[in-house]
Amino acid sequence: MTITTLAELSANLRNGKVSSVELTKEYLDRIESSEHNAFISVTSDQALKSALAADKQRSSEDNSSALLGVPIAQKDIFCIEGTRTTCGSKILENFVAPYTATVVQNMHNSGIVTLGKTNMDEFAMGSSNETSYFGDVKNPWSSRQAGGSKGNLVPGGSSGGSAAAVSAGLTPAATGTDTGGSIRQPAAFCNLTGVKPSYGRCSRYGMIAFASSLDQAGPMTHTAEDAALLLNTMAGFDIKDSTSLDVPSEDFTRDLGASINDLTIGLPSEFFGDGLDNDVAVLIENAIKEYEKLGAKIKEISLPNSHLALPSYYVIAPAEASSNLSRFDGVRYGLRAEQYTDLVDMYTQTRTQGFGDEVKRRIMIGAYALSSGYYDAYYAQAQKLRRLISNDFTNAFKECDVIMGPTTPSPAFASGSRSDDPVSMYLNDIYTIPVNLAGLPAASIPAGFTQNGLPAGLHLITPYLSESKLLNIAHQYQLVTDWHRQSPLTTRGNA
Amino acid sequence: MALDNDTVRNIARLARLDVPDNQLEKYSGELSSILDLVAQMEAVDTEGVEPMTHPFDATLRMRADEVSEQNNRENFQAVAPNTENGLYLVPKVID
Repeated sequence: MTITTLAELSANLRNGKVSSVELTKEYLDRIESSEHNAFISVTSDQALKSALAADKQRSSEDNSSALLGVPIAQKDIFCIEGTRTTCGSKILENFVAPYTATVVQNMHNSGIVTLGKTNMDEFAMGSSNETSYFGDVKNPWSSRQAGGSKGNLVPGGSSGGSAAAVSAGLTPAATGTDTGGSIRQPAAFCNLTGVKPSYGRCSRYGMIAFASSLDQAGPMTHTAEDAALLLNTMAGFDIKDSTSLDVPSEDFTRDLGASINDLTIGLPSEFFGDGLDNDVAVLIENAIKEYEKLGAKIKEISLPNSHLALPSYYVIAPAEASSNLSRFDGVRYGLRAEQYTDLVDMYTQTRTQGFGDEVKRRIMIGAYALSSGYYDAYYAQAQKLRRLISNDFTNAFKECDVIMGPTTPSPAFASGSRSDDPVSMYLNDIYTIPVNLAGLPAASIPAGFTQNGLPAGLHLITPYLSESKLLNIAHQYQLVTDWHRQSPLTTRGNA
Repeated sequence: MALDNDTVRNIARLARLDVPDNQLEKYSGELSSILDLVAQMEAVDTEGVEPMTHPFDATLRMRADEVSEQNNRENFQAVAPNTENGLYLVPKVID
């Protein structure tokens, strides 16, 4: 089995080898017969309508966009008008969005077809997709495990449904969002390319908010080239998002193919210390050697405050979440409890019944950190540490062009194995969280397989707004390796 | 740091969440372990460090004072649990 890329589908559609309707039907069939629980909603009717429109547009126009008629899946955090949008929560189980997220609108304007909405951790809070109200998602690589264990592995999270869907060939690509690693960690667990753009690149309008100063949407694909193609359709300034970056639009494929023989790779000692799985460490070292063969130079660097990223994040993200999620009160949308005594009790009963345990924990941590008398000790201190962490990166980029390390400390773990201990779950994101705090662009790309047959991700971090360089650095590795082309056995044939 | 049951009750009240008495221990244990993780922050001297609220230190953009939103009341209220004559209905607050 091999993978199917957006670039190949784009060429096949352009050459008339396949129509968008045929392609869309094929993927809808695969979704229908899949057993990964990767989707919360499948929007077959709308998808076929869009595919038909795309085929018509192709026959009447010469210069259609690269992804016209290509089907993809959207994380169920993005509002789509007339479509159920749950964010993985019971509180939004029956919420039909009255408007469409800008990122999705941008993609639809480019002729992209939406197949459906993918499963995710509730309100994007989680690293295993196990906090979803709509059930666990099966990592398609579960069946490839060597040794005795054949139980289900988690796909990572929070964009676990998107990762599982792409990995299992249920869609050629999907969108994700990344607040602390929610694109990159599942990409690493499912052998995908996942890109978190610079903060502000993709509009947050219509993307249900978790931690607004950290949230960023991005592509989850097989290849860096596909990620560049998809990001081209997602990114752009949006007047409706007050933190959208007002920078000229650019072609993120423009640097693909540039030589990287003058590249300097920074390796922070902090990303290779205690807690890193030995197999993963070896794979990352091998990947770095591959870059050296391509002409890159290695520089030892330090990010001395990176151990403060997790503590800082677990104040800032819950604080912003507790504020953002106060809107779910049973008044304007979503669930309302059936029985209550008065207004405050209606809020309380609605929220108690509508939110799951992890969301409640984070709301409560946030409420505590922001409560009277604690603000300076928690939120203000966390934001000062955020500055120190960001300064570390600024200093590091004086000595190197890209920072590399493992995306996660371990490969995918067994379902249920960490869900009882919130803090051990948080450690999954120890390498990805500093990037969100600094707002930098970063990617995870497939870097090989552990002795147990599980994929590991190489983490690439570059300076602000340098996505096109980042994508080329990933692309150059993919030109000389075929890890990203490996597919789990459960994948069915090509489209 | 360990949170006592009264503190957990108070946080839950602030967050408009109900934590039943038989779950107070569970919540106080879990929340305390998160606060233990966070406690590493205390030891860091941040005297003179400017808090970072935005990666680009951007401030809010101003826009021209012109109509940008159409009236979507019916559309928005179609997803509300309970409305009447264009108003959201909630339990009576004032007698």
